[in-house]
Amino acid sequence: MEYTFIIVLLPFLSFLFLGLAGKKLAPRVAGYVGTAVLAISAALSYLAAWQYFTTAKVGGVFKPWSMDFRWLNFTKDLHIDLGMLIDPIAVMMLVVITTVSLMVHLYSIGYMHGERGFQRYYAFLSLFTFSMLGLVVATNIFQMYIFWELVGVSSYLLIGFYYTKPEAVAASKKAFIVTRFADLGFLVGILLLSFYTGTFSFERLTSGDASLFNEAGGVTFMGCSVIGWALALIFIGGAGKSAMFPLHVWLPDAMEGPTPVSALIHAATMVVAGVYLVARLFPVYYLEAPDVLVLIAIVGAVTSLYAAVVACVQTDIKRVLAFSTISQIGFMMVGLGVSGLEGHEGLGYMASMFHLFTHAMFKALLFLGAGAIIHAVHSNEMGHMGGLRKYLPVTRFTFLIACLAIAGIPPFSGFFSKDEILAATFHFSPLLGAVMSFTAGLTAFYMFRLYYRIFWNKETRHDHAPHEAPRSMTIPLVFLAFVTLVAGPIPFGKFVTSDRAEYLIHLDWTVAGASVAIALVAIALATLLYRKESAIPDRLATSFKGLYTAAYKRFYLDELYLFVTKKIIFNGISRPIAWFDRHVVDGTMNGFATLSQRVSCAIRGFQSGQVQQYVMVILLGTLFITVLVLFI
Amino acid sequence: MDYSSFIYLKEELSLIAVIVILLLYDIFGSKKSLTYFQPVACLLLVGHILLTCCPAPAVLAIFGDTPAVDQASAGVYPLFSGMYNLYPLGSIVKSILAVGTLLVLLQARGWLESENTVIRRGEFYVITLFTLLGMYFMIAAGNFLLFYIGLELASIPMATLIAFDKFRHKSAEAGAKYILTAVFASGLSLYGISLVYGTTGTLYFADIPAGVTGSPLQIMAFIFFFVGLAFKLSLVPFHQWTPDVYEGAPTPVTAYLSVISKGAAAFVLMAILCKVFGNLIEQWQAILFWVTIATITLANLFALRQQNLKRFFAYSSISQAGYIMLGVISGSALGVTSLIYYVLVYMFSNLAAFGVISIIERRSGKVTIDDYNGLYSTNPRLSVVMMIALFSLAGIPPFAGFFSKFFVFAAAVAEEYYWLVFIALLNTVISLYYYLRVVKAMFINKNETAIAGFRSDAYTRLSLVICCAGILLLGILSVVYGSIHHYSLGW
Repeated sequence: MEYTFIIVLLPFLSFLFLGLAGKKLAPRVAGYVGTAVLAISAALSYLAAWQYFTTAKVGGVFKPWSMDFRWLNFTKDLHIDLGMLIDPIAVMMLVVITTVSLMVHLYSIGYMHGERGFQRYYAFLSLFTFSMLGLVVATNIFQMYIFWELVGVSSYLLIGFYYTKPEAVAASKKAFIVTRFADLGFLVGILLLSFYTGTFSFERLTSGDASLFNEAGGVTFMGCSVIGWALALIFIGGAGKSAMFPLHVWLPDAMEGPTPVSALIHAATMVVAGVYLVARLFPVYYLEAPDVLVLIAIVGAVTSLYAAVVACVQTDIKRVLAFSTISQIGFMMVGLGVSGLEGHEGLGYMASMFHLFTHAMFKALLFLGAGAIIHAVHSNEMGHMGGLRKYLPVTRFTFLIACLAIAGIPPFSGFFSKDEILAATFHFSPLLGAVMSFTAGLTAFYMFRLYYRIFWNKETRHDHAPHEAPRSMTIPLVFLAFVTLVAGPIPFGKFVTSDRAEYLIHLDWTVAGASVAIALVAIALATLLYRKESAIPDRLATSFKGLYTAAYKRFYLDELYLFVTKKIIFNGISRPIAWFDRHVVDGTMNGFATLSQRVSCAIRGFQSGQVQQYVMVILLGTLFITVLVLFI
Repeated sequence: MDYSSFIYLKEELSLIAVIVILLLYDIFGSKKSLTYFQPVACLLLVGHILLTCCPAPAVLAIFGDTPAVDQASAGVYPLFSGMYNLYPLGSIVKSILAVGTLLVLLQARGWLESENTVIRRGEFYVITLFTLLGMYFMIAAGNFLLFYIGLELASIPMATLIAFDKFRHKSAEAGAKYILTAVFASGLSLYGISLVYGTTGTLYFADIPAGVTGSPLQIMAFIFFFVGLAFKLSLVPFHQWTPDVYEGAPTPVTAYLSVISKGAAAFVLMAILCKVFGNLIEQWQAILFWVTIATITLANLFALRQQNLKRFFAYSSISQAGYIMLGVISGSALGVTSLIYYVLVYMFSNLAAFGVISIIERRSGKVTIDDYNGLYSTNPRLSVVMMIALFSLAGIPPFAGFFSKFFVFAAAVAEEYYWLVFIALLNTVISLYYYLRVVKAMFINKNETAIAGFRSDAYTRLSLVICCAGILLLGILSVVYGSIHHYSLGW
């Protein structure tokens, strides 16, 4: 399996090449190079997946493969390694990342055609892909943290790609600061965990060896065990990247980046890093801090419901998709939160990973479809669309497939994965199950609202007739639609499970039937309201004005953040600190500098250029030291 | 006398062979064949480095010989009844010094080909390599006599190197200043050694510790001995010759003085302090404590106001020597590892800087900081190399200089020298200021009459590439530090 190293390395080389030599290449060539490199990476990932899933099974359990080299020693036991850990979830993520990234690379050749900084764009895409791949194959939590930050940086660079646009710059800063803030929790969590367990290694942490946690056994802080705190803090890091409530505020704004970037980073890969992190450490969560898992489930459910409600009233199509992403990641978190570890208890885990996989495909498809639509009408607003079904046939059908998948209609892939999550949730708590079912219904509603308002409804006048996207853009759409169509019946439980043993999926027909019924009702409602132009939506909006405005304004969370940061933190805390910094710290430093300069001036005469004096100083210095040592 | 022991002297013998070959080549080579003198000399030196890097047991195995020496004593093989010590750390330091010398020679090539020096090019190589040989003997010495011979072999030819541009007034003056102070310092040192002999009755390093009781006379002996090496390291107050000599000497020689000569002295000082004067540890730690503080602080204060880059780097190298002392003062295995690592990193950083200064001085004759204004617009690559070198010297991550500083600080902290490390940290702030002055001049200051762009010769470029690779990679490749650490465990 050593060759898996190349999968990670190739995008990095591509980044270096495009970053350093990009300016000398024709834009087109840069695109081809990036895409070709990614194609090789993707092919190798498929090979790795095939080889791993066919050969790595020992005694019914997938055996992880890893290689490591020691990078930095802290203490005798605690050291940072860099390496590759290949196990079922890592392999799955390799496949997901390289596939979506390849599609985005290909798609961008058409979408970004003629943009300024085309080569730079491809260099950043490669950098992101490299960081994300490095994150998923990390053998230890510190390596993951390094790549985690790299992912954050490349996301920042890509969101702010149109750096001449003030909104894009603001959005990239917001994304970076919010996630970085969450990463602080992650870092503290890592330090706590490694301090008490003496290791960073995932394999050791998740081996189920309880003796690792002995040292932290009795230590508690504010009524919770230290390990619990550490894991909760690590989850905060994950929540930041995965846009969990209330740290989700950066994701809708991040839609200012180019649309293919949104498809890659803010739908399929980076935002599931948090889910991946929890899944990676799942045995530790389950065995050492089950309370934190419940917290994760609750946060996931709240996020999911909140985002679904907000998505119902947004009018910018990318924002609808952004909130839908947040909501779906909430589903995954709930799946992990309600899961058990062994055998049949691990349904939630398996379902969550399955949903991660299917969601990556259909959400990337939705975003790429949205990109094709924006490409055609040059606007993000639903109001400027409508009736596009005649002009964009390929986009329309692929978009419809994705909508059906996310709404959970069989036999599309989303049905299978989401249904498993719902089943696991009902098994855990019927109340939570009901909330999630309701959210699933909302999902179907807002997705079809989106679909109808883009492709049906009243046709808007266009200056020139919208046209279907070029081949390089439609091929990825068709490919992803194909995956979405066929991925459902994959026996996912054979490959990725919480205990790495085989898990037999059998559908829970009551849950499945109910959720399909709910989805159908929601779709019917959306059809009624939005298929033809009608006055009912506006009337509803007026009659529920308070709720509508609140949801449209995302329940004023951004305003709350602004209030807290600008009014309370800036005025109450930052200003006094700034004063202290300017007057006391800088004053000391300036004094120090002036003093240095003065002394420097004063002692200049000491260096006379006369060799006799030098020798004299040597002699006197020697005698001085002798006297000092002997008599004092 | 066991002549088979000579095999263990592979480093020294191969270097002598290189010197003899070059000497004969220079004397008897035809004028035409001498055009290849420098490439041949460099290749010979590369061969010597390869042999030096090759561990002693591996060489022995070729001769089918088993070490006829006491293996029990932590990897140290005393030879010739203890006159000469063979140990892996010494070989590591020797190979580092040899690599540094090679880099200096690569940078010196252009200068040596100039009209005034071309006929003396052979001399330059032979003399330089003789000083290197002297340092080898200092490192390997197991007896104060051999040590002293090494010290002199490393100093006296150095004076001729400094005065190599003898028709230039400053160079001749610098040579005279160097030899006068060097003689004085080594005189003091010799006096100290004689007192050591007087009180312990032996000159063998292995036997001295038993006789060192800490009597006042011995402490005095130690201090006098210490002056000889402190002079080479240019620690305050034995530093005053440094700026004058550095300024006057030809730039490649300045580079050699500031890196190779210093690196050797630092390692030898630590070795002798720990192995020979281990019983006086309290006294020498107290001395080093104040000397280190004075060295770093004073050198930084002087560096603030320098305009001439060579003087500037003289003070910078004094303060760097102070940082190296942080490794020495700990007296531990961690200290010696960090010291060697520091010397290695410092070598690449300083030689990169001197390579740039040297080539610019030769092409334009300019050496002050103001002359470097706007250099980036005309010579972007040289400016970037210089910037990397300065950042590494200032200790900014991710360049290797950061890691080397980190490790010496860690070594000192491990021995609870918190105040010392604190003062050293404050001084890094000052040093950052003056290093950045040069960077600012190159990148930010505007200049209508910036030094014209030029293409440097292949040898200089090769040396700069090696230096930059060293600066960029040494910090990241932990294996370097790890392997030095591995060999220092028996310290």
